[in-house]
Amino acid sequence: MSGHDSKYFTTTKKGEIHELKEELNSPYKDKRKDAVKKVIAAMTVGKDVSMLFTDVVNCMQTENLELKKLVYLYLINYAKSQPDLAILAVNTFVKDSQDPNPLIRALAVRTMGCIRVDKITEYLCDPLQRCLKDDDPYVRKTAAICVAKLFDINAELVEDRGFLDTLRELIADSNPMVVANAVAALAEIQENTTKSIFEITTQTLAKLLAALNECTEWGQVFILDALSMYKAKDAREAENIVERVTPRLQHANCAVVLSAVKVILQNMELITSTDVVRNLMKKMAPPLVTLLSSEPEIQYVALRNINLIVQKRLNILAHEIKVFFCKYNDPIYVKMEKLEIMIKLASDRNIDQVLLEFKEYATEVDVDFVRKAVRAIGRCAIKLDRAAERCINVLLELIKIKVNYVVQEAIIVIKDIFRKYPNTYESIIATLCESLDTLDEPEAKASMIWIIGEYAERIDNADELLENFLESFPEEPPQVQLQLLTAAVKLFLKKPIERAQEMIQVVLNNATQETDNPDLRDRAYIYWRLLSTDPEAAKDVVLAEKPVISDDANQLEPNLLDELLANISTLSSVYHKPPDAFVSRTRVVVQRTEDEEEDTEAAGPGEVSAPVPEHLRIERGVGTPGGLVAQGQHGQTGPSTSRTPSVASTSAAPPAAVSPLGDLLGDLMGLDAPAVVPEEPAMPAKPVLLTASAGQGLEISGQLVRRERQVYYDLTFKNNSGLVLDGFMIQFNKNTFGLLAGAPLQLPAIAPGSSASTLLPMNLFQNLSQGPPTSLLQVAVKNQQQPVWYFADKVPLHALLLEEGKMERSAFLETWKSLPDANEVSKDLANAVISNVDALLEKLLNNNIFFIARRHLAATNQDALYLSSKIPPNTPLLVELTAVIGFPGVKCACKTAMPEMAPLFFESMEVLLKP
Amino acid sequence: MAAASALYILDLKGRVLIWRDYRGDVPASQAERFFAKVMEGEGDPSSHAPVIFDDGVTYLFIQHNNLYLMTATRQNCNATSMLLFLHRVVDVFKHYFEELEEESLRDNFVVVYELLDEMMDFGYPQYTEARILSEFIKTDSYRMEVVQRPPMAVTNAVSWRSEGIRHKKNEVFLDVVESVNILVNSNGQVVRSEVVGALKFRTYLSGMPECKLGLNDRVLLEAQGRSTKGKAIDLDDIKFHQCVRLARFENDRTISFIPPDGAFDLMTYRLSTQVRPLIWVEAQVERHSRSRVEYMVKARSQFKERSTATSVEIELPVPADATCPGVRTSMGTAIYAPEREALLWKIKSFPGGKVRYLKIIEKSGYQALPWVRYITMAGEYEIRMS
Repeated sequence: MSGHDSKYFTTTKKGEIHELKEELNSPYKDKRKDAVKKVIAAMTVGKDVSMLFTDVVNCMQTENLELKKLVYLYLINYAKSQPDLAILAVNTFVKDSQDPNPLIRALAVRTMGCIRVDKITEYLCDPLQRCLKDDDPYVRKTAAICVAKLFDINAELVEDRGFLDTLRELIADSNPMVVANAVAALAEIQENTTKSIFEITTQTLAKLLAALNECTEWGQVFILDALSMYKAKDAREAENIVERVTPRLQHANCAVVLSAVKVILQNMELITSTDVVRNLMKKMAPPLVTLLSSEPEIQYVALRNINLIVQKRLNILAHEIKVFFCKYNDPIYVKMEKLEIMIKLASDRNIDQVLLEFKEYATEVDVDFVRKAVRAIGRCAIKLDRAAERCINVLLELIKIKVNYVVQEAIIVIKDIFRKYPNTYESIIATLCESLDTLDEPEAKASMIWIIGEYAERIDNADELLENFLESFPEEPPQVQLQLLTAAVKLFLKKPIERAQEMIQVVLNNATQETDNPDLRDRAYIYWRLLSTDPEAAKDVVLAEKPVISDDANQLEPNLLDELLANISTLSSVYHKPPDAFVSRTRVVVQRTEDEEEDTEAAGPGEVSAPVPEHLRIERGVGTPGGLVAQGQHGQTGPSTSRTPSVASTSAAPPAAVSPLGDLLGDLMGLDAPAVVPEEPAMPAKPVLLTASAGQGLEISGQLVRRERQVYYDLTFKNNSGLVLDGFMIQFNKNTFGLLAGAPLQLPAIAPGSSASTLLPMNLFQNLSQGPPTSLLQVAVKNQQQPVWYFADKVPLHALLLEEGKMERSAFLETWKSLPDANEVSKDLANAVISNVDALLEKLLNNNIFFIARRHLAATNQDALYLSSKIPPNTPLLVELTAVIGFPGVKCACKTAMPEMAPLFFESMEVLLKP
Repeated sequence: MAAASALYILDLKGRVLIWRDYRGDVPASQAERFFAKVMEGEGDPSSHAPVIFDDGVTYLFIQHNNLYLMTATRQNCNATSMLLFLHRVVDVFKHYFEELEEESLRDNFVVVYELLDEMMDFGYPQYTEARILSEFIKTDSYRMEVVQRPPMAVTNAVSWRSEGIRHKKNEVFLDVVESVNILVNSNGQVVRSEVVGALKFRTYLSGMPECKLGLNDRVLLEAQGRSTKGKAIDLDDIKFHQCVRLARFENDRTISFIPPDGAFDLMTYRLSTQVRPLIWVEAQVERHSRSRVEYMVKARSQFKERSTATSVEIELPVPADATCPGVRTSMGTAIYAPEREALLWKIKSFPGGKVRYLKIIEKSGYQALPWVRYITMAGEYEIRMS
């Protein structure tokens, strides 16, 4: 069966649109149909054919199903750009929704639901109501999904018209496909509302389990995914659910299998009988293994999920490590994931076989894969004490092959092995030194230098070796410079021979005078002062015992792991990130606190954006190599799909040891300006920016506020982790307003279970980003104990508006007139409401939005409010709010020389006008 | 629960050939960003993981011939479902146009849009049975003036078969196809071996036939108290076509089903028993100078004298930059095929699972003829060299 549609793509002459217009209005049916096909073809290749709207819609009333479908497709794509004309289609839609043919009835509601135009939506309600009760299941299953569509466009309408009740009734429908779609629709709506609209009860549970046996494979996935949200009452119910779901493991559809695994794992948590649990684990293994013979893309998702599953229940696949051995023709992304799982399943029992595999991989062609294989050997050494020696031997064999990147990677992991097992394998240092000249990657160089410094007393010519590196000190990357500095100090402390003394002079001079890297300079100064004041203290600090390292491969934080397991088969389980970290769909806005109102009175004049003193800016860099630079590249919401082991390798002095030298360093470190604000329990909660589950127990909440002409970042840090967290630092990515911290982040050490707050002064226009304005503020926070956390906040424009925004009436009018009409932007704020004008004006005043005038529009019973404000640095923004007092829906129009700021202002108004 | 925002089909240059919007929150132009991301990694775009995140949008994609099929979403949607759905889209289009490629898409874009409308609604996969879809969505040449209605099967519990099918001769063909996967390491040890089997049916039966299949499955035979000596096998993991009643199988291990009309895979299974490779290959590599390498390859059969293997193929991967390899063989012929890289074997006759019976019951009580044959194929033989 092959068509000849390509001919419709061929007409690209001038005057084409005009020609099409004529053909669309042709009296001949076939000609009209061909014309519509040409229009769709043009649309497909990205040509704008929206000007043909009326002509295409005129073809809608037809008996020809194919033509009708094409016109509908056109409508879906262009109705939004022609909302007024789209109304022309309504009559046909309504008529079609009552057509005797169920195919056409379903087509009509399906398409209407896709047209996101308010006016059309109103007319959708009646047909939808009918179709939800249609005799034909094909129409009902389409209508069920349509309720979710309508909710997405206008949630209130769905609630007002009682569609949710009808949808819930459909769960008891006699047709399994209808049940499945109703479940999908309800589950989606539930995700986007705070009300409880879809609760699975004992009755619905029974219906869902029954429908599971009958509906299509995709429907089974909807039902299983919904079941995974259900928390069984007790062990018995959990067992019952599992029993009904287990047969799904035999389904040929991998999505059904993985969703079934999800439900079983969830319920296993509740099952107390160890026999039942053991039996279930045995049953789950073969289907999981078989997922690896599916298409490579599915394998990839399966492997990411298996990675999570074995972290929770290692035993399920403990004996199946062989199935994760890489095939030579596996795509590289599959190989990488298999490797990760092999490390997790490696044990004393199978390590020999695993090492043989890794060794094999280390000689393949793909450089990234080879590197990962070498790293895997190192990670196994750190994970399995008894196998460490065998791992080292394999690494030494690999080094002998003398493939440059293999050698470098091996040295990096051997450094970690040295840290894990100090004073055990030093005999191999000589072999490592043979490759010294070939090292050209910073991490490998730094690792080698660390090894030399750490074992300086056992390497006879340590001074010579280091000297070789020192020659090129100024050209080395920071990572290597820092290691060289520390290694030189170690050498000096361990072997204070003359040569070491000379060397340390050179290094310290170089690192303090010749460099503009603040990290390096600061570390050099610390060493310098330590060495000159108290060499013994220097020994205690620099040669201090290092904390034990471990392989972090199994260490997803338990709460996060559970959250991810509840999301098996979804993107969350692929990214290994909670959904909040990457879902960008606009949801119901969390109620903002209103504490801005309280103390934002205008005070005396002051600089809005004081320049940051140089030393403060440097200070934030201490001890964060990479952390600051990295944030430009990482979007903090961007999930990374690969994880690398982060084994601490430097021996930088911990801050606790430095504190006695506060006098010396105080000016440098800025330690003498405590700005810690005691926790005020009465304050309403600030929005949470970093959840405890995403931050390994650290929860950060906060928002930008304006107090006395100054913008502050009002932040609260809550420590739910098991560690004392200290050494907090903050950095901001480039943003529209160039917001940057005006002082270092001042927080005390936070003990587990307690919290601390601070008001961080912020400066504007220090850190500007390019591109159209957005309210996005990307923040990175780190501390001594945890990795760097990234999160995104929204800049509320009203926290930035200037106190000088007040205008005289005449000036307002003049400004309004002087601005071209193109600069006027307006938006309907559907959820906003003005109930008390005086209260609102006061609230706006507190946010530097000043009242100018009020006008009553008798014709529509609306009130118009005119307001003025000023966007920093100095741009007036004029506002007109139109609304019926007491009723939802406010039209907000603003006029300014910077109309690109309007969307941000609308966001602010939506917050301020929240009922 | 979450769903796809839009589905795209792109050519290898990243041009959008087909774009179907489902949710209005990811525009057509977004495909450019996807394509830029795919191309970011140097080298081969097919080495890119099938899930890409960029600026709040997740792209899930597969490659087929000269096309990318991709869905975009802003939510936490079911990744397995989405990727599998894309593969099903390929299957359906192949059923319609024989081959899915740029030309066939252009030639059939009207049907393509119709199908995408039917297969997915608001980003949720709906219906992907090609045979039933082709009953009510037809290409131009088959289109009739009669207005189509949705077949009962679309919403029925038996969604894979239409009612009222008639065949003059009622026949069932069953092929038991087994393939052997083996991984041998450079020491000559068999690291992993497994048999992957499939029961491939072609049914031409009238009405709504109830079929029942019996296998020499050890678990079942033991449950029935029969002796399992010698002839029973352990099926490690069985996957069934959606027509098989899974709950029933779970209860009493009987495989009962109403089959689709035509060809389908009833079940697939895996046996992870130790299998001795039928043909053993050894290779020695000798480096003569900087640019000359000599491979010495020996193959030896390990099966009984009276059976012979036919169409055996051995493929030796050579570096991509190899030029004019010279070959000498003592048996058969060898040629240099620059476009291939894999080691491939074809071996016939190899013992495996047995079908004990196949019963067919239909209301009208017609006689049906079951035909069963056994085929063994080589799967993936991977032999590593030192």
